[in-house]
Amino acid sequence: MSSYTQKKGFGATVWDYITTVDHKKLAVMYLLAGTLFFAIAGFEALLMRIQLMKPNNDFVSAGFFNELLTMHGTTMLFLAATPLLFAFMNMLVPLQIGARDVAFPFLNSLGFWLFFLGAVFLHLSFFMGGAPDAGWTSYASLSLYSPGHGIDFYVLGLQISGAGTLISGLNFIVTIITMRAPGMTFMRMPLFTWTALVSSALILFAFPPLTIGLLMMLFDRMFGGNFFDHTMGGNTVIWEHLFWIFGHPEVYILVLPAFGLFSEIIPTFSRKRLFGYSSMVFATILIGFLGFMVWAHHMFTVGLGPTANAIFAVATMAIAVPTGMKVFNWILTIWGGSIKVTTPMLYALGFIPSFVAGGVTGVMQASAPLDYQLHDSYFIVAHFHYVIVGGIVTALFGSAHFYWPIFFNRMLNETLGKWTFWVFFIGFHLTFFVQHFLGLMGMPRRVFTYMEGQGWDQFNYISTIGALMMGVGVIMMVINCLMSIKGKPAGRDPWGDGRTLEWAIPQPIPFYNFRQTPLVRGLDPYWIEKQEGNKEGMTYAEPIGDIHMPNNSAIPFVISLGMFIAAFGALYNPDADKPWSIYILIGGLAITFGAMIVRSIKDDHGFHLHKEEILEIEEQLYGKGGNK
Amino acid sequence: MMKGLKKWRLFSLLAVMMVFLSGCGEDYLSTLKPSGEVGKQQLNLLLLTTVIMTLVVVIVSVIYLLAFLKFRRSRVGENVIPKQVEGSHTLEVIWTVIPIILLLIIAVPVVTTTYKFADVAAMDEVDEEGNKTALTINVTAKLYWWEFEYPNQGIITAQELVVPTGEKVYFNLKAADVKHSFWIPAVGGKMDTNVENLNKFYLVFDKESKDLKDGVFYGKCAELCGPSHALMDFKVKALSPDAFDAWVDAMKATEGQTADKASTDLGEATFANSCLGCHAISGSGAGGTPGPNLTTFGDRNRVAGFLEHNEENLEAWIKNPEEFKPGNLMMNAEGTAPIYGNLSDEEIKALATYIMGLSVEK
Repeated sequence: MSSYTQKKGFGATVWDYITTVDHKKLAVMYLLAGTLFFAIAGFEALLMRIQLMKPNNDFVSAGFFNELLTMHGTTMLFLAATPLLFAFMNMLVPLQIGARDVAFPFLNSLGFWLFFLGAVFLHLSFFMGGAPDAGWTSYASLSLYSPGHGIDFYVLGLQISGAGTLISGLNFIVTIITMRAPGMTFMRMPLFTWTALVSSALILFAFPPLTIGLLMMLFDRMFGGNFFDHTMGGNTVIWEHLFWIFGHPEVYILVLPAFGLFSEIIPTFSRKRLFGYSSMVFATILIGFLGFMVWAHHMFTVGLGPTANAIFAVATMAIAVPTGMKVFNWILTIWGGSIKVTTPMLYALGFIPSFVAGGVTGVMQASAPLDYQLHDSYFIVAHFHYVIVGGIVTALFGSAHFYWPIFFNRMLNETLGKWTFWVFFIGFHLTFFVQHFLGLMGMPRRVFTYMEGQGWDQFNYISTIGALMMGVGVIMMVINCLMSIKGKPAGRDPWGDGRTLEWAIPQPIPFYNFRQTPLVRGLDPYWIEKQEGNKEGMTYAEPIGDIHMPNNSAIPFVISLGMFIAAFGALYNPDADKPWSIYILIGGLAITFGAMIVRSIKDDHGFHLHKEEILEIEEQLYGKGGNK
Repeated sequence: MMKGLKKWRLFSLLAVMMVFLSGCGEDYLSTLKPSGEVGKQQLNLLLLTTVIMTLVVVIVSVIYLLAFLKFRRSRVGENVIPKQVEGSHTLEVIWTVIPIILLLIIAVPVVTTTYKFADVAAMDEVDEEGNKTALTINVTAKLYWWEFEYPNQGIITAQELVVPTGEKVYFNLKAADVKHSFWIPAVGGKMDTNVENLNKFYLVFDKESKDLKDGVFYGKCAELCGPSHALMDFKVKALSPDAFDAWVDAMKATEGQTADKASTDLGEATFANSCLGCHAISGSGAGGTPGPNLTTFGDRNRVAGFLEHNEENLEAWIKNPEEFKPGNLMMNAEGTAPIYGNLSDEEIKALATYIMGLSVEK
């Protein structure tokens, strides 16, 4: 019996996951970690909505409410949406381009552990003297003023997890450029891989400004750096620029892969190739490019002057054009197709009108003089939740159903899935539609309470009911996921209409992915093979031969752990009564750099899997003679 | 015939939108019921964009629903393989050009209005005697309260902005501690009060505020500024030009007004001992006191900007400001006790009566 297929004990399994560099296992870890933080941030949102259910409520205190709103935003964007999309990118990109793994499996693991430990660090703030409370934007004047260590947790936690995100982004870029299977030209890549590429490029350019901003804030708070302290000649508006030069592309970093996921779901369940593929690719790149040109629309009321406001207003409106192209292409993909309303398709169908509604309010806010009224009111809250929940979360839920068989070789329950969709979808519109009107009726955002007699009571109540429904929807989703453990194996191409390479691979997927690298003969290669009646499933570009695979390694975990420890030292360093903190800082960094030196000195060439071993593994997985 | 139908549709859409939107909110707070040129133009932009955008949503939804209903697998047949269409250049051009045209329709008024709202050149205009012709108000946002200084009139007040109707009122906006944002929803859009630079803009107040529910417009802080951000409200009294001039004169007449430590009124004596260090009770002069100017306290609409205006609330506030506005600077650095030390219940009661009696309008 091969050592690769033996059952492992619990400890060995944990060790395996800690040391793994396999993109599929890391995808599962991203999925679990992302879901955990999604649940935490969702719970925070529910607490806030309960507080705002009626006027003058005292369910939570003012200070705690600010911690909740800060952590909800920070967690949802950095620690829930990003890792969940990374889960799909990690799982699908190598399969979609016919690669054995990502270009740098070691870095892939390092990226995960940096993200995860940074996120854990940030969340420990709740138990160690209070979470950050200056909003996810952490505008400098308030964040410098904020007492306690909350903001330090924010700065250090995001710095660490941001490094992880940047590393992963680089990894995807290199993977997609260099590791495509023979025949997989750029213009044959599935649209999800395209969006993963563009989104990774955005990460590459957008995260450095955040890193710099956070570093300056760190210096201000730890060493009295005065970058943002206006009494010492600093400037807080600079922070706003740095943050939004990162922050606006961040929205596209998240929404582009979501577009990509829908661009996979819609053709599959319409049985029709994506309409206007090349213009979809063009629109993706254009959105990515324009995403860097519009950050100041978050700052219309800062007083940048009419010329800046006018330019950024018009530039922002321009983004509506490529986005509109995408929407029409999706609809035209459906047009003339053969639509099967599965759960993923239901999410895609719900996504189109919701996202359009979120997009058009974006154009309204791009109108600078009108934005003077809408900015920082509940209107903007409604707008970005329509985009993020209506665009990204529906993509994540729909794709969870769609790709569950790729992740776990199991199907999610369709009936429960459809119920979940309706509960969540109705709850979502109930929560956020009325918030447009709350904003127009003069309700500012980020308020922990409101007085009676301002005409806001009813809509706030409705909004809370909707939020509770969304909460129920999420719980139903989690139950569905847990139930799938007992499900039957799904097998290859369980939806029957798979088009791209990831559906061509037999299930369960062996750790080396395709036994032989596939030959790609056009867009939607698996569909082409199926239409031509290829029983094998794919045409392969090479005979069965040795496969070169990377070794597992604990070093990424150790590097990240060192950073995690050092962060506590940095956090407590400014406190006069904690002289030991400097040793923790040095100790943590010593662990990190020590591990990096070990990695640099020790040669690790990976290993070769021989033909006989491959055949033995496949016999274990698929039975004798199966899947030849 | 078709054209007429389309126009009728657009018109009815607009009418429905007007009715629907104007049904929303209170006239002292809602951006949908503006009482001033700035707010009205913003509402016009809102209506224009809403109509165009609703049109977009409706058209997209109709095409999408049609596609969805026509091409269900149950209708087209289980084993049908649809034609694999690559795309269409004509369609691509259509759905690129039409949105561009729609956006241009929006962009033109947006750009002109942006410049119009930023035009504050009149702030520096002077008449023959060298007096400023326009009314300018310096707004300073501080942790959870607002200071309004009228530099040309030499007067100062807090928490309740008093303005004349029918003219452009110019504002210099600044924050004293952390960033806030100055917003009177029913009159016009907001502008941030930054810590490092002066922002300038103008608003116009069309309607006298005395007929509103509380006799004032509501003002809000629109930028997260700490625990009591939600409570950092202010009120706006819009007076007729004559009434405004009378108010200015009454404010000027309070010059030199102060509290006497030796007063037989326990309230005044307590005020002089415990409060006068931070709170002025003369409306004449410049700003910069640590606490809000209290000259017009009796004329105001709220205690601490948001509590109902009565003596019980004022007493409760003086007793423990932290309970009502967490993080406010009337407390010591630890937030455990008020900075003015311990006052007896009797003193607080007298103090509340005294402060309530401070007025220029009665």
